[in-house]
Amino acid sequence: MRITRIIPILAFFMIVTTFSAGAQCKAFAKKVCLPELGAYTHDGNYHAAVLVEGEEAELYKTFYSDMDYRIAICGEEKLPVVEFKIIDANKNVLYSNKDANFAKTWDFKLQASQQLKLIIRVAPSDKPSETPASGCVSIMFGFKVKK
Amino acid sequence: MNKKTEIGSGILIWVLLLAGILSGCKGGKKPAGEETQITVPTENAAVIEDFKKAKTIFNALPSPLESAMLVKSSGSKFDVALLNPIGNDNKYVTNKSMALNLGIYTCDLSFTSLYEKTQLIIDYMNSAKKMADGLGILKVIDQPTIDRLEENINNSEIVMEIISDTYMNSNSYLEENGQSAISTMVLTGGWFEGLYISTQLIDFKNFNDNKLVGKIIDQKLSIDILLNLLESNKGNPSIDEIILQVQKLKVIFDKVTITSSQIKPEYDKASNSTMLKSDVKTNMTPEVFRELTAAVAEIRSSFVK
Repeated sequence: MRITRIIPILAFFMIVTTFSAGAQCKAFAKKVCLPELGAYTHDGNYHAAVLVEGEEAELYKTFYSDMDYRIAICGEEKLPVVEFKIIDANKNVLYSNKDANFAKTWDFKLQASQQLKLIIRVAPSDKPSETPASGCVSIMFGFKVKK
Repeated sequence: MNKKTEIGSGILIWVLLLAGILSGCKGGKKPAGEETQITVPTENAAVIEDFKKAKTIFNALPSPLESAMLVKSSGSKFDVALLNPIGNDNKYVTNKSMALNLGIYTCDLSFTSLYEKTQLIIDYMNSAKKMADGLGILKVIDQPTIDRLEENINNSEIVMEIISDTYMNSNSYLEENGQSAISTMVLTGGWFEGLYISTQLIDFKNFNDNKLVGKIIDQKLSIDILLNLLESNKGNPSIDEIILQVQKLKVIFDKVTITSSQIKPEYDKASNSTMLKSDVKTNMTPEVFRELTAAVAEIRSSFVK
């Protein structure tokens, strides 16, 4: 009897929080991350997710010669720092924001087009016994034609 | 965009499965923004560890704006006759055709914008709006957006900003509302239109010196990304049909060779930018190119019919 009452309440709660978290993430991406692209044109793609402390995400994308790119990766304030690195097909690390004081953006261009992989990781909590925090992480790409 | 979650714990799978059923989402996937604050029992360290191992995977295709920019930067002239006629927009009544053609019309819109075909920009925005409305993506392209576009029709920066914004709003809406398969079809339509227009613009008289041929070869790098994106929605009949078409295209792309030296990053302090240096050698014969062009045209024709 009790479970038949709990399930609809739980379902309602999950549906409401699912949609509100989604809308919140999109708003965060537009309000906080988009301005980080500065003079670069946003490509229009949307990549954002709610990540938990210590959680990792990967993104695969082809980058073209003739373009200047800016990658912007932003995490909500309630999260610890967001680390990101760019690796090539042979797993060589081409850039890590750990070496740049966890910068949110990286500007680059390519001599030849390449498929690269981004690894994004929300730093783990210093206090592992506590419930891990979660929050939006947004990845945006801006481009302009190479001068 | 595609996201996929790999989670190892049996307990966590049951928790997520229940959550998936209750919220009407497909199991095994983790659409954008679907996650919310989940309270994990703090005493169960193994569950927390498993949760931390969860891996989100995005597969990013070149966007319509990026595809159009690649064509323009190659110095290619543009032919309006290659676009999907706006009069076709009444034909699309299924979710599959509306999703594919939302991507296609957005790509066409990007071309009209970058090549400053101002008369056509509003027309293509209206066709994209019709597709978005048909898919239930309300308010993504509303009247204020059309008005702003009209007011700034000669300002290419603002026009590109509006296109980028509407494309992002469409895809984020679909992802966040558990319509990942529809979102994938929008992205697929946009990618195919860029490839279709590129291949049709190639003049075989200057095949070896044509910069655009190089950009088409580069699409080989994205075909696996596209397949991964589609396969994450496998089981959806519309997606399964597209997978078969893309697999045929991959067979042709597999005949193209791309070899790269090791990439060496070189930081330039003056521009605060890094150059990723590498030597790449590619090989695509005119015969393979013709085969590719025919296959792309056939697939694109099935999308716009």
